[in-house]
Amino acid sequence: MRHGTRIAVGPVQFRIGSDWAAPIAALNRLYAAYPQDDARPADATVRLFAARPWRRVLRPSVHIGGDFVVPDALPLPLSMGLLAAEMGMNLQVALGWRRHMLLHASAVARGGRALILSGESGSGKSTLAALLGEGDWRLMGDEFTLIDPADGAALAFPRAVSLKNAAIGEMAARVDAARLGPLLAGTPKGDIRHLIPRADAIAAMHEPVRPALLLFPRFGGAAEIEPMGEGEAFVRLTEASTNYVALGEAGFAALTRLVRETPAFGISYPDSASGIALVEQIWAEAAR
Amino acid sequence: MADAPYRAAPAEALRIEALGELTAIFDRRSMQTHLVVAPMPELLAMMGETPCTAATLAARLAERFDLEGEGDAVAIVAERLAELAALGLVARA
Repeated sequence: MRHGTRIAVGPVQFRIGSDWAAPIAALNRLYAAYPQDDARPADATVRLFAARPWRRVLRPSVHIGGDFVVPDALPLPLSMGLLAAEMGMNLQVALGWRRHMLLHASAVARGGRALILSGESGSGKSTLAALLGEGDWRLMGDEFTLIDPADGAALAFPRAVSLKNAAIGEMAARVDAARLGPLLAGTPKGDIRHLIPRADAIAAMHEPVRPALLLFPRFGGAAEIEPMGEGEAFVRLTEASTNYVALGEAGFAALTRLVRETPAFGISYPDSASGIALVEQIWAEAAR
Repeated sequence: MADAPYRAAPAEALRIEALGELTAIFDRRSMQTHLVVAPMPELLAMMGETPCTAATLAARLAERFDLEGEGDAVAIVAERLAELAALGLVARA
């Protein structure tokens, strides 16, 4: 690899190598404020490489590699090298991490307690977390939340927030332009623009917090709150966890503990403002 | 069909956690998680260490609960036992 960088997001130390300079420069800009520890060994390796040596110049196309490879990962044009790097980082964590139970969920914290939002792509969990993270919450992460099997604590994974489509305009109107990455238009996931988390979120990324509320948001429809039983929350979180099966009994114990100790609700909301209002209401009434 | 006896998985093989209306059972031998509802956890608990037939279990159930239409109880318990066997939580003795 001709170009490379190291990035620490929460407990994960990434080593990223690339055949091209541009994606590494873009990553270094997004992650400039993150703590650097070059002496620490890498937990996950991501490689962005040219399919054939001559393709590096002729018709640049980025392939994603690393410790784990999804065979049908599509090559992306070089203009989307940053997206390829992000996808590679997510993939290595989702498939390789074993120290914590990994939930495909966003999370924010306030007063040492965490609100965890789990939902499918399009549920608005990332946008809600990003918006809350601009208020008096600490953004823990927009994509992954880690649960420590030893004590049940939630750990942050505050990678640069991946804003998609309508969320881009919504956030761009609120934050300093210096915190936004380049617009990646027309990616397989639509338009994407990265948002650098606030400095306080990055500074506090190693502080574990106690899960206090689990929400399962659904974007669209009238505002609605539905209490969720422990069993349903358990089923949904096994589906939202990328390493539940790999963790064996430790994952089973961590998840039963999480759903027993944390109140859970499904929420529907028609727009971000009502979503935020619902979140604040439930937090005030039900968070443990 | 003969009422074949079944034996429950050894207690140390299973970790059973009630989660509201569902019960999550982790099988340490297969590393699989099973989610079941009543009367599966009750049946497993009632079987203990010794092989049991559906008739024995139905009789034990009848001692503890008011069973309506007792005639069906043996057939229903036999069905549930077959389902538990498919999950690997009980086996033919």
